[in-house]
Formats: sequence, structure tokens, C-alpha cells
Amino acid sequence: MRTAINLLKHVNWSARLGLAVIVINVACAFFAPWVAPYSETEVVGDVWEPVMWSAEAVPHNPPVILGTDQLGRDLFSRLMYGARNTIGLALVTTALAFGVGALLGFLAATMKGWVDMLLSRGVDILMAFPTLIFALVVLSVMGTSTTVLIVVIALIGATRVYRISRAVAMDIEVMEYVESARLRGEGLWWVMKDEILPNALSPLVAEFGLRFCFVFLFISALSFLGLGLQPPTADWGSMVRENAAAISFGILTPLIPAAAIALLTVGLNLVVDWFLHKASGIKDVP
Amino acid sequence: MSDNQRLLTIDGLFIEGYQDEQWRQVVKGVSLHLDRGQVLGLIGESGAGKSMIGLASMGYTKPGCRITSGSIEFDGVELVGADQETLRKLRGTRIAYVAQSAAASFNPAHKLIHQFAETAVQQGLMSYAEAEKKAKELFRRLDLPDPENFGNRYPHQVSGGQLQRCMVAMAMACNPDLIIFDEPTTALDVTTQIEVLGAIKEVIGAYGTAAIYITHDLAIVAQIADRIMVLRHGEEVETGDTRAVINSPKKDYTRALLAVRKHRGETVDHGHQDIILEVQNVTAAYGNKFVVLDGVSTKIERGKTVSVVGESGSGKSTLARVITGLLPPIGGEVRFQGQLIPPGMKGREKEVFRRMQMIYQMADTALNPKHRVRKIIGRPLSFYFGMTGKKREDRIIELLDKIELGEKYLDRFPGDLSGGEKQRICIARALAAEPELIICDEITSALDQLVAGGILKLLQNLQNELAVSYLFITHDLDTVKAISDEIVVMHRGKVVEQGPAQAILNPPYEPYTDLLLSSAPQMDPSWLPKVMQHRRELAAKGINLQT
Repeated sequence: MRTAINLLKHVNWSARLGLAVIVINVACAFFAPWVAPYSETEVVGDVWEPVMWSAEAVPHNPPVILGTDQLGRDLFSRLMYGARNTIGLALVTTALAFGVGALLGFLAATMKGWVDMLLSRGVDILMAFPTLIFALVVLSVMGTSTTVLIVVIALIGATRVYRISRAVAMDIEVMEYVESARLRGEGLWWVMKDEILPNALSPLVAEFGLRFCFVFLFISALSFLGLGLQPPTADWGSMVRENAAAISFGILTPLIPAAAIALLTVGLNLVVDWFLHKASGIKDVP
Repeated sequence: MSDNQRLLTIDGLFIEGYQDEQWRQVVKGVSLHLDRGQVLGLIGESGAGKSMIGLASMGYTKPGCRITSGSIEFDGVELVGADQETLRKLRGTRIAYVAQSAAASFNPAHKLIHQFAETAVQQGLMSYAEAEKKAKELFRRLDLPDPENFGNRYPHQVSGGQLQRCMVAMAMACNPDLIIFDEPTTALDVTTQIEVLGAIKEVIGAYGTAAIYITHDLAIVAQIADRIMVLRHGEEVETGDTRAVINSPKKDYTRALLAVRKHRGETVDHGHQDIILEVQNVTAAYGNKFVVLDGVSTKIERGKTVSVVGESGSGKSTLARVITGLLPPIGGEVRFQGQLIPPGMKGREKEVFRRMQMIYQMADTALNPKHRVRKIIGRPLSFYFGMTGKKREDRIIELLDKIELGEKYLDRFPGDLSGGEKQRICIARALAAEPELIICDEITSALDQLVAGGILKLLQNLQNELAVSYLFITHDLDTVKAISDEIVVMHRGKVVEQGPAQAILNPPYEPYTDLLLSSAPQMDPSWLPKVMQHRRELAAKGINLQT
């Protein structure tokens, strides 16, 4: 705990900003049912009411802070619930992608030979398909349930994670402490878990941050195409899509969930940048 | 005209380095002076600041370092605070630099002659043709093969020792007044080291060039320097004429440096001498093509130390890889306590792994940087003996005491330890398995002399106490003399000679062993000319090391 606080002291201002954005978003996601003024699906007013501080705002109690969406639901509440679904989904998907990708990557690097060959060529084949097309095909065949969505995106993510973790593990695998563990008679699992993983952690955590953003944007993109989460469940991507028509009337409502996506992505990247800088071991000389 | 004789004067030099987010003093008020044609040896352990001072003599500091105060005057020009143009005109032409690793200092994409001529032509000191002529002259003086065409080769086409000599030639290209040699022979084999050292001495003597020679090896500096300055922790310990420093050192630290080379302490005879390891007629190759071990046979008795010596490429490390099973041999067999063991690691029992432990040259890479000392030493305990909890903790502390480190090291990471401490942790990790044989692969070559001496003493004590056998792989003959019961001399994958240490180290010598033994620098300024003469005699008999 003390080291965590110490670490925070050395974080630069941009990473702190990013951290604040993430904390706020996660808090929203966690406490949405208690904090949100309205429920996810409740129709509270007219279609596309403007934000509360505009001249044409319609008074409500509790106030409709960011106006209403295309069905007259409270946009602010839906953003909070959306954070829950979008971030939660992205987290599960990224974790799954990393679990599978890193495990297979380490396995290929430690076992080498035909295991490596088989896994690497398999990944090559998967990577040969454009990601969006691949996801579209699978989702249209298997149906758009949340489970399928998670598995498909995790699989796509896992191929990228596999590549990076295999490369990192290859470098570590030739170190003498790994050789020394093998000479002790250690098994594969120990070598992967205790010798390679701790040393591959910093590049992988940095990659986790980036990958998280990609998953997040990918879900938004799929939702935008109608293959993501199904209505009336709120997620930021679908919220942009459902409200997209408003733009033609000069109403700015769809930009609000879009801004939320952008903000979280930027916030996360600020933290990741800082972490990458830390992990690279570059000295800051004043 | 003593004023004109003075080439370099450094006065009260302070250099700071940026580390762990703060500036620390690395060089603390060092003063020195150098006359024309004189050679000053800077000697000290790593971290003594000797390289910093060497670079500072050119008005340069490494990135992340800065000169905070003091003055550096080269031939009447103040270098501290001098503008880049002034420095640029001096560097390479009037002050030259020879780095430790020639291989890393040459551009692999250009011929040697182009790199030789670059500075001289660029600075407008001579034409390309003149530079070429000069190169041939220097190549000849430095004893390089085929001096007429040597320059047409690329860096990868010449050996390490030749490349280092070529770098000396390059430094001499513009007839500089001063050359900084930064550990120019440290990365070389003992036998090659002599040749490079001889060449350097010859050429700077002939041209009357002044030099600063940086090294951690007192015996090397004794051969070449007129004066020696001993440094420690960025401060001067003592300075004096070479003979005076070596024959009557004033400070304890210098005496300690000189005493390291003394021989082994007491050994305990463990009585019954069963054979722990036997290697019979082993042949090994990389890729089934390049034979690196050719019919090697040897054996190790319990509680004894067998040293394997040879130059790099002689196959001594490969022998260790074959014994541990990392490289299955293509012929021959390895017996451990009379039992034939499988050639590769596959199929070897845990018990075989336990009884045979290995310690590496680079303790840095042999310890997982993310594991604490507790885990590093504790793992063999739980892995081999199933120890847990208090029992394991107590045993770890016991082992830490054995290697003279103690309980406070339990929670440290390898990054918090010095080189010598790391190597001790490696020893403790090997001991934790309670092995019968420990293979030591150049374990002291990366350490400073004093630290290495401590490690050897520790190994000796442990052997007396535990009757463990060592297979000691090294190229350092002083180490061999200090610890061996038996010696195996290897050359190009074959055993040249093996037997009890006394027999190998005393006349009559096997010619190759003679060559190796005579290459180990002695703490005597008149040793180099003698050994060069001895070498010519050996060469006349047809024994030559040039590969």
C-alpha cells in the first residue's frame, strides 16, 4: 500500500488526469443504479430535449442534466448505465484475451518446436482476416448474444496478445535464470508463471491498457452496426448510433456519448503512456 | 622548459551522475597531471570513476553526467566549459580514445581503411592517399597480418585482438599528443591480451605519445605505465611511480589489491575419494556440424576442484553444457556417481538435477530480477526437500550466514545487490540443493579483483566444510593456481593435458600450457619484454596461438 502511494507521488500530471478520468468512469459504472437520477429505460420527457443549461431546457425533477435521447430517456442516466456495460464488457473481454493470448504466447516461447509452429501459424491465419469482417461473419452466424460477442472480440484480441507475449517471452526465455530453473528440473508451469511472467509484466500491462481501448472502440463500432449489445441495454456505441439522426437536425445529443468514449480512451492512454515510459527505463535527466 | 612538457593538468575535478532521481557525486575532487610522452595508469574497481576521468580528459561526459567544478587544461587550453568547436578540433586529432570493445566501436558496414582515414581526411590533416600510407605503416608496426591489404577488410573479417590493434592504429592516425585507453584488453583472451598490450607499448613508445591507461588489473598497468594512480569511490587513493606503487604501496587499499593474487589457503583432505563425475570420450557439436568437443574424457573426485582452462572457443563452456544436459553429446557418455545418466535433460531424475548445480559468469542474468532473495534461495528448498514455513525460513537464513551475508538480505531484489553479493546469492542457491558437484562457469571473471578473491575464499571454505566438488571453468590462470586440485587444459575442443595441479603448473611444460601460463601478467614492470621474447622462441618452435 505504501509503495502504491509512493508511486502515485511520482506520477506526472497527465497520467494523474488520466487516472482521475478512469476513476470517475469506474465509479459511475459501479454506482449507476444508486447515483443515476433515472432508470436505464424510463421515458422521462420529449425526444431530444436539450441540455439543462441551454435556453430551451425543459424543467424536470430531478433535472435531466444532458437532455434526452431519441425515445425521450434521460441521457445522463443512460451514460452511467452505459459506462457499466461498456467498461464491464471491455474489461471481461480484455482479461480473457490476455489470459488466453499470454498463456499460449508463453507456451510457444518455452516449448518451441512444433507447438510454437502450430500456434503461430494458427494465429497467422486468424490475423489474416480483417477484424471487423471476421467479427461480423461470426456474429451473424452465431447470433448476437453477449457471450458470443465477448468470445469473438477476446479471440481477436488474443491473437495480438499472443504475438507480443511470445516475442517478450522469447527474449526472457534465453536468460540464464530460466536456464538455471530448467537445470533445477522445474516444470513448464513454474517456468512460465514464476520466471517469465513477472519479467514480461510491464510490457504486457502497457499493452493491456492499449488493448482495452481497442476492445472498447470495437464494441462501440459493432454496436454502431447493430451487432453489439441489443436495445434497450445502454452502451455508448449504440447510443451514438441511435441518436445519429439528430445530427441532421443540428441537435448535438449523439456527440455526448461520443465524447464519453473519447474521454475514457484518452484518459486510459495517458496512463498507459506514463506506464510505457516507466517500463522503458528511460532516465529523466532534468 | 618544464611548462611546455606539461600536456594535461586536471585540477580538483568533480563529476556528478544522475541516478535514482538525484545527482550523486561520482568523481570527488581528483587532480592529476601528465607530461608529454608519459603513460599514466588509472586503476580501481568498477564504480571508481576511472572511465569518467578518462572521458573528461577529452572534455566529454557521458549523457546523464556533468562536470560541476574543477579544471581540465590540455596543452594550455581549458576544456571545462569550452565550446563544441574547440573540443571537436581536439578530439580524434590531438586526443584520441580507444574503447574496451572494438567490435562495438567499428561500423560493420565500412572497410577498416575508410574508418581509419575518416577523421584525418575530414579534419583536413591529410589526403586519403596519405592516410592510407600512414595506415599501412601503423598496421606494420602493430604486427597486423598483411599490412598492405589489411585495411581492405571489414570488421567482421578480423579477430578480436586484431580489431583492437586496428583501433589503436586508428587512434594513432593523426599523431595525437594523448590517447585514452579505456580497458583495451579486458575483453580479450589472456594470450591475445599480451599481443595487444605489447603492440600498444611498442607503438606509443615509438611515437612518443602520452597516454592514460585505464584498467582494473594492476598487473597489466604495471607493464605499460610510468606512473600509477589508484582510485576508489571517485577519490584518489595514492599516486606514484609504477615501481614504487607496486613494490612499496603506501595505502592499505593498494596493498589489498596487490595481495589478491596470493595463492590458496588450507585444504582439507576428505579421505575416501570416490569419483563423482566421469566424462568419457564425449564429442559434441552445434547443429551436428561444428564439432566443439572432440573426444573429451575427464573425471572429478569428491571434495576436489578440477579447473578447465583454455582460451575462448576452446570448448570449456560446452563441456559444462554437455554435463548438465543442455547440449546432448553426439558421442560418448557421462556417468554421475558411477551411474550412466541420460545425455539430454529429458529423462533425468530430479535427484540428478539436485546433485549437480551450476553457477554462472553473469550473476546479473542468472538471478530472476523479479524474485526476492527469499524466493531465490527458498525455491530449491521447497522444490527438492518440500520445506515450508519456519523450517524453510530458518534454512534460508542459515544459508545466508554461510555465504557471509545474513538475514537482512532476505527481502532484497537482485537489483539492490552489488555484483559480488549477487554471485554469493547464486552460490547460496546452488548450496540450497545440497549438491555433490557445482559447476562454476567463469564465476569470477565479471567481478573486481578484491571481490573475486572473497568469492574464491568462500568457495574454498565451503568445500572444506561440505566436501562438495567443483568443476571450475575459467580462462584466468591466477584463479586456476589459487583453487585447483587438478587441471584440464583445453584447446580447440580437445584436452591438451590433464593431471594434478602441481604437475601441470610446474616444469616440464606441455608447449600449449606453457604459452597459456606465460601469458598471465605478472606484477613486474619488466615482465612484458621477457614474455614477448619467450613467445618468439615458442613461435620459432612452431607453437603459435594466432587463429
